[in-house]
Amino acid sequence: MQAGHRTWVFDQQPVIVSTGTVGGPFEAQGPLANDFDMLHEDLWLGEDSYEKAHRLLFEQACQKALEKGQRQKEQVQFVLGGDLINQITPTSLATRTLGAPYLGLFSACATSMEGLALGAMIINAGGADYVIAGASSHNAAVEKQFRYPTEYGGQKPPTSQWTITGAGAALLGKEGSGPRVTSATIGRVIDMGLTDPFNMGGAMAPAAVDTIEAHLKERGVDPSYYDLIVTGDLGRIGHSVSMDLFKKNGTAIEESQYKDCGIMIYDESQPVYSGGSGPGCSAAVAYGHLLNRMKKGELKRMLVVATGALLSPLTFQQGESIPCIAHAVSIEAESE
Amino acid sequence: MADQKKKQLTPEQTEYQQLQKKREAKRPVIQNCIHAFWVGGLFCVVGQAIQYFYIFFFNFTEQTAGNPTAGTMIFIAMLLTGFGVYDRIGQFAGAGSAVPLTGFGNAVISAAIEHRSEGFVLGVGGNMFKLAGSVILFGVFSAFVVATIKILLIQWGGL
Repeated sequence: MQAGHRTWVFDQQPVIVSTGTVGGPFEAQGPLANDFDMLHEDLWLGEDSYEKAHRLLFEQACQKALEKGQRQKEQVQFVLGGDLINQITPTSLATRTLGAPYLGLFSACATSMEGLALGAMIINAGGADYVIAGASSHNAAVEKQFRYPTEYGGQKPPTSQWTITGAGAALLGKEGSGPRVTSATIGRVIDMGLTDPFNMGGAMAPAAVDTIEAHLKERGVDPSYYDLIVTGDLGRIGHSVSMDLFKKNGTAIEESQYKDCGIMIYDESQPVYSGGSGPGCSAAVAYGHLLNRMKKGELKRMLVVATGALLSPLTFQQGESIPCIAHAVSIEAESE
Repeated sequence: MADQKKKQLTPEQTEYQQLQKKREAKRPVIQNCIHAFWVGGLFCVVGQAIQYFYIFFFNFTEQTAGNPTAGTMIFIAMLLTGFGVYDRIGQFAGAGSAVPLTGFGNAVISAAIEHRSEGFVLGVGGNMFKLAGSVILFGVFSAFVVATIKILLIQWGGL
């Protein structure tokens, strides 16, 4: 079960029964549009505030997952989720509608894999039959929370990232067919002293590298064991920096097997600067696009490493550097 | 402050920061300056045109036309902000759209729109000047300092 210092190997191999992904208008223009279960053409989602729209994103992702998995919401024993808004209210309010027992999580953009790791842990230990793990983010609500008002004409540097509007939820089960969650590695808080909130990728890269290397070591596998190692939202800068770090540390990860959800979700022509970000980014890409590829047989084993910058507007104004974290979960296709 | 922080970095952190710096996309400073220069200049041309409009068609002098001109410019900035155009100009022009009066208008109005969901008193009222408040404070303060210097020079310097 426990392998090394911070890795869990799940002997029961919980199954991802089904997933639900929801995206916004900007994601609908991106290359992964077809992998979303539901796309909204309006950022408001018919609500009167962005926070309410944010709540709806998570609610719909959970409903989609239940619908596709043909399960009732009464069967769900725990919901594990979180987002970036103060006191994670969008997720809490969405779970109010769902009515299931709820554990609110916060690891910034790494919340998605924190939820999946803990959900798999609960099921593996026999604590539940069905668990929903998910995460969401809403571009305008997060901008309001962390940066300036959405219509404020501030110039963003090329290092900044675009918070995605989207949500992803996975229904985990004890039995059934589907991709299996085989192991998870929990990250440490890594702080390299970077203070620029417009360069999250550069700040988060060492956390991703730390978790990936710990995972490979503790699970005792070579990087080539995975068809794909995918980070959550390092963006173009964080992605290339982390590649440099792997080379420096002598970890043999190939360029072709190492990708980033934040880069994948948008087209080069979309003005997203360094790439996408947000808890919804890794959740929607992993539970949508990547699991679809796994179902098609293009991927056999993948390691999803969600990365998070654990700052708040208060801490960076007070001159604190940016603490970062990354959680890794391995998902493997069912063996025939 | 910044130097103080640098000193506390561990060698590992310093090493990483140097590595990271190499990959960090740089701000296109010269391009930004050029865009800011001509967009900012364009705003001023529009402002000048409006000022002449008030002087020629209404009973304003060069001294008194300033106020209605400023009001009109802010009104235009308000409309552009509301229609979601100003932030795009801002991304392109940077300081060119932030420094003129319209940038001040945009800062006030974008905050007002943003916090409408929290109600008129605590939302709009309480947050409208959250970005522009420091502009007002330091604007008034620097005016005070400059005026004090001027008075002192006239009183004692005999200018």
